[in-house]
Amino acid sequence: MTSNSNLSNMRRLVEQLKLEASVERIKVSQAAAELQQYCLQNAGKDALLVGVPTGSNPFREPRSCAIV
Amino acid sequence: MGEMEELRKEAESLKDQITAARKTVQDTTLQEAAAGITAVGRVQLKTRKTLRGHLAKIYAMHWGADSTLCVSASQDGKLIVWDSITTNKVNAIPLKSSWVMTCAYAPSGNLVACGGLDNMCSIYNLKGKDGNVKVMRELAAHTGYLSCCRFLSDTEIITSSGDCTCVLWDIETGTEKTIFAGHLGDCMSLAVSPDFKFFISGACDFTAKLWDIREAQCRQTFSGHESDINAIGFFPNGNAVITGSDDATCKLYDLRADQELNTYQDSSIMCGVTSLAPSVSGRLLLAGYDDFNVNIWDTLKSERVGVLAGHDNRVSCIGVSSDGMACCTGSWDSFLKIWN
Repeated sequence: MTSNSNLSNMRRLVEQLKLEASVERIKVSQAAAELQQYCLQNAGKDALLVGVPTGSNPFREPRSCAIV
Repeated sequence: MGEMEELRKEAESLKDQITAARKTVQDTTLQEAAAGITAVGRVQLKTRKTLRGHLAKIYAMHWGADSTLCVSASQDGKLIVWDSITTNKVNAIPLKSSWVMTCAYAPSGNLVACGGLDNMCSIYNLKGKDGNVKVMRELAAHTGYLSCCRFLSDTEIITSSGDCTCVLWDIETGTEKTIFAGHLGDCMSLAVSPDFKFFISGACDFTAKLWDIREAQCRQTFSGHESDINAIGFFPNGNAVITGSDDATCKLYDLRADQELNTYQDSSIMCGVTSLAPSVSGRLLLAGYDDFNVNIWDTLKSERVGVLAGHDNRVSCIGVSSDGMACCTGSWDSFLKIWN
């Protein structure tokens, strides 16, 4: 590897780090609150969390008897 | 010589700046903030269906957008499209290369893709005129194995590779539109944001990177893992990223706070995480491990709330359907299981 490509890699790394350093950050308290809010607002439709009644579970055979 | 040393110093200084800036906004922790909400309680899911048919290790699976069809890839050299409700095989596609590591279902339902040690991403048209499923495109340019692929649409797909890059492809022309370079190790996994504007990649350099697809830039880099990141996914609202690693932990990084908010770990878990998927509300994190189990975590309180034990070998892939009704696990034991 030539010293030129090492140099250009390093320049690219510094440019990338400048970009990442300039990101606008919100407070963790706000981020945490919004994650929680999303979870709580959507809990009702999360079948793996709240379960699904047997009759409306597409993956379960409905238990019914037919009179032939 | 002088410039190199200056650049090195500048890089270190910038890294310190980023660390300091992240600390400045760290006015609490997610666990503290979530202390007041009700615990989830024990989550017990049952196997509702077992999809039998593959003859070797399953390496990947992906749900279709309709929450009924899913595609799986096995080193028996087949891609199988399943109807998860009837357990019928809708398509059984023989592959040119059996060394497959990933598969994906296009949101439209028209296409599936796969790839692996052949370094290529092969696109198959499921809705061809004569009813036969054929290779539509072979996307070849990566110089390393294909670890993951995800469709943006029927005309664009993103791939991650052992050559340390990710690529956005134009499927119609079969050419690379954008190369995303920056990782210093094999890229192992990728996930697309719900709004299709960003994607995240996890790599063997222990970091996860957030990429702006159209600006072709890496926006943020997340560190903290102590080994390869094998699995990655977006929190359902697109504002956070979850990673799974060989260091036996999963981590949640918030994109807007630009930092790690939680680690999901237990001293009794000592094996690597192979795959992960959040439930639709984001409250649950389902993660597959090398010890044949899936652990279910409360993402907010960071507690383990359930285990799915049903496979006789490593769980290699996991996915939650888009309507959230079920979770599918795929294993080296050659079976897929549907749970809810």
